Amino acid sequence: MLEIFQYDFMVRAFEAGIAIGIVAPLIGMFLVVRRYSLMADTLAHVSFAGVAIGLLLKINPIFSAIGLSVVAAFGIESLRNSRRIFGESVLALFLSGSLAVAVIILSLAKGFNANLFSYLFGSISTVSTGDLLVIIALAIIVFLDVVFLYKELFFTSFDPELAEASGLPVKVINLMMVMLAAVAVAISIRIVGVLLIGALMVIPVISAMQYGRGFRITLILSVVFSLVSVITGLFASYYFDLASGGAIVLVALIFFILSLIVAKK
Amino acid sequence: MQLEEPYIKLENVSFSYDSVPVIEDLTFTVRKGEYLGIIGPNGGGKTTLIKIILGLLHPTNGVITLFGKDRHDFKEKHRIGYVPQRITQADKNFPATVFEVVRTGRIARLGFFEKFTKKDIEVVEHAMEISGIARYRDTLIGNLSGGERQRVFIARALASEPDVLILDEPTVGVDIGAQKTFYDFLASLNRDHHLTIIFISHDIDAVSQETKTVLCLNHNLVCHGLPHDLLNEHILNRLYGRHSRIVSHNTNKKE
Repeated sequence: MLEIFQYDFMVRAFEAGIAIGIVAPLIGMFLVVRRYSLMADTLAHVSFAGVAIGLLLKINPIFSAIGLSVVAAFGIESLRNSRRIFGESVLALFLSGSLAVAVIILSLAKGFNANLFSYLFGSISTVSTGDLLVIIALAIIVFLDVVFLYKELFFTSFDPELAEASGLPVKVINLMMVMLAAVAVAISIRIVGVLLIGALMVIPVISAMQYGRGFRITLILSVVFSLVSVITGLFASYYFDLASGGAIVLVALIFFILSLIVAKK
Repeated sequence: MQLEEPYIKLENVSFSYDSVPVIEDLTFTVRKGEYLGIIGPNGGGKTTLIKIILGLLHPTNGVITLFGKDRHDFKEKHRIGYVPQRITQADKNFPATVFEVVRTGRIARLGFFEKFTKKDIEVVEHAMEISGIARYRDTLIGNLSGGERQRVFIARALASEPDVLILDEPTVGVDIGAQKTFYDFLASLNRDHHLTIIFISHDIDAVSQETKTVLCLNHNLVCHGLPHDLLNEHILNRLYGRHSRIVSHNTNKKE
């Protein structure tokens, strides 16, 4: 066995990383094709505000991050449906708004320390056993939702109007989609970090899209890219003492560049 | 003469966008087996009318009966196949194959969490077959021409095994040569597959030559009946204003 796996924290990081590596592109795919890539970043910043609240109230930041981002997801969808603000502007509003909240809370709580850095860029040493259980349980829920509602999610992403004309509750499905995204983002920030989770949801997907295949195959490809990026990134993070989020996203970027070259017609 | 079963029935239907009336007091019936063309000027309410029938918009007034049921109680959405207008704008980069798109036509017949069955797949393949796109099964929709993509969306609508097919400006972005084959295809669906067709167009020539009945819509019903009785200068003036004229009415006529 490799020396790296003798450390329990590394094993936990890998287990959590694999769960995230599968779920992030699954959700990311639906966000990308809906031209909603910025959603992941927005939810990540909301999660960050959630983390700040958790640090302030001394509760597990994962729980406060999940709670706040699910609430925000609901708010984003409601505001978007009201059509009083452009969809993009809603995202900008939540993104910068929650960052402001996070910064204020953290400065009140005097929370600017190394701990904060790990939430921003991901850290392999911070996943506790409790975190791991939460991450895996929620990842399984998100995964099963996508598997069982695949045809509905595909249809509403492809053409919401046709989907509605076919009798699908498009608004409910959209809301669910955004909530799943909120959960996926919140469970990912330990490993990948607030500033980089958006990249893990989007880059493997756009890499996979370069190969010009159908939806299902593109989805599977994006999960493969993501998993390889996470695993390689975690190794690099351990051996070269790098922030895990940065290492993972850098590998994903390399895949993207290779895909651009390889898939060029 | 016994009348066929009424499929779609509108009684005194009105619709306004933010108190701007778009459709006023519209009453008509579409019966089984009809091939109805809806014409009228842009902004005359054609697309709005279709969206009302599909349940995407709700009328401000009036009663809509679909297959004998009030629209609120109408659940068999699969009985109406819809081919939307903006197919040519469909996202070219959307990663979906023809098969994946056509298969969405079955979703109206399936419940949540239900998987596609072998029968669903057979119907999808058959719909692709009769629409002439079976050979593009695994092609990305973004790689097809306007006319081919048009057929994908028709196959999608046919895959739900509908009783009524509604097409909104189906030939926009389709080249002239392909249009002729396309109209023949629609005619055969109506004749051989006993599909009731509602076909919106600004192309008066096409409507007058292809459809069995015509409905002229400019906020309210300007005319409804057989194409040859209706499409005279008087009605076109009411529909489009004074300077409209019937041009090349008999070119391209089918043998």
